[in-house]
Amino acid sequence: MPANSAARSASNGLEAESAVSGAPVKTAARLGMVSCHYCATLWKNVKAHDRCGRCGARLHRRKPDSLNRTWALLIAACIMYVPANTLPVMTTASFFREQQDTIMSGIIYFWVSGSWELAIIVFIASFLVPLFKLAALILLLIMARRRSNWRLLQRAKLYRLVEVTGRWSMLDVFVVTLLAGLVQIKGFATIYPGTGIAAFAAVVVLTMLASLSFDPRLTWDITGQESGKRI
Amino acid sequence: MQEVSGLIACEECDAIHRRQALGPNEAAFCSCCGTELERDMSSYSRRALPLTIAGLFMYIIANVFPIIEMELQGIVSRTTLIGSVFTLSAEGMPLVAFLVLATTILFPLMQLLILLYLLVSINRVGFSPAFNLLARLAQTLRPWSMVEVFLLGTIVAFVKLTSMAAVLAGAALWAFGALTILLAAVFSFNPRYIWRMALPEKGERKHAGE
Repeated sequence: MPANSAARSASNGLEAESAVSGAPVKTAARLGMVSCHYCATLWKNVKAHDRCGRCGARLHRRKPDSLNRTWALLIAACIMYVPANTLPVMTTASFFREQQDTIMSGIIYFWVSGSWELAIIVFIASFLVPLFKLAALILLLIMARRRSNWRLLQRAKLYRLVEVTGRWSMLDVFVVTLLAGLVQIKGFATIYPGTGIAAFAAVVVLTMLASLSFDPRLTWDITGQESGKRI
Repeated sequence: MQEVSGLIACEECDAIHRRQALGPNEAAFCSCCGTELERDMSSYSRRALPLTIAGLFMYIIANVFPIIEMELQGIVSRTTLIGSVFTLSAEGMPLVAFLVLATTILFPLMQLLILLYLLVSINRVGFSPAFNLLARLAQTLRPWSMVEVFLLGTIVAFVKLTSMAAVLAGAALWAFGALTILLAAVFSFNPRYIWRMALPEKGERKHAGE
């Protein structure tokens, strides 16, 4: 569908004027309206604890307690990040020896054994993406709390990138699940899951929850006070 | 509380825009931050139902047949997805096993069944409380259904095993490939558009009259 969809900017009137004059953008919050998070219906004169008249979802101007919740989840994810990368994610036991693999040693194994394409995929999904997510969300949180108007558009794009890439770090969890399920030939070769994979799964879930509880509209709320320097 | 029709707020920056009539396959984007505001769903609603049913068939194949078969020293070992989950749970990782169960088995099935119900009932009952609840659930589940990530994981596991034993792709691996494509086609839209799909015929007229 996206291939043949013609883009059309919905900017007639409202937005075009403010972009030229540098006046603050008209946001729903500033006009006293609330947009339903689920069905995007716009409501005005909303009282506390009102529910959307179309889909029944709870209405709120911004995600409740967004910054604190995101911080809490993010700090938990940072703590779990350490065991996720140091503890073994799986143990391979064969006739003579037992070999323990961490996330990084699995990547190095792929690289050394010649399948560098897979080494790069796993390196991106299991190492770069979690690190990028933690760093990006911390940056977004600090900037939102300081009500900074630094690179708003880039920050919006950064948030979208975090949302799209986040799920791909589950890759290693699935790999270990399949290997542990398949290689169960007692005596010859057995693969056991290691504690590292539980910590790693926790990092993925916590960072996903963190990015879901972050409200990207907080980034733009600044534009009300200081107009002009929007991008 | 009063509905404001004719306007739409951007999901990511809260900027207000006028709703525009969209032609076939057109989409509207926020001029402030570039987020998609609305998309024309007319061609989607025509093909969504057959794709969903095809997805359910692929889902069954993907979960019944083994994903990877492996031969080592004359011993053949094969596993289905649910078999791997049980092994993981038996090895003392019940939470991780549950996470895998949810993201690759439960949530994709729920998504497909919910979408089937929504597409079948949308033109008959309109927005009943059950419809609204399920449509919201489909939207909440969306980031947690990870069939495409699982498919990549299968490929990585496959290559990892080739150095160890003779491996063969099972029927379920191909079915997972097909399921990934079907799910991507069916959920290529933001699930919130489901409320607008039935609107031009019913809701808009009713609201305009209020």
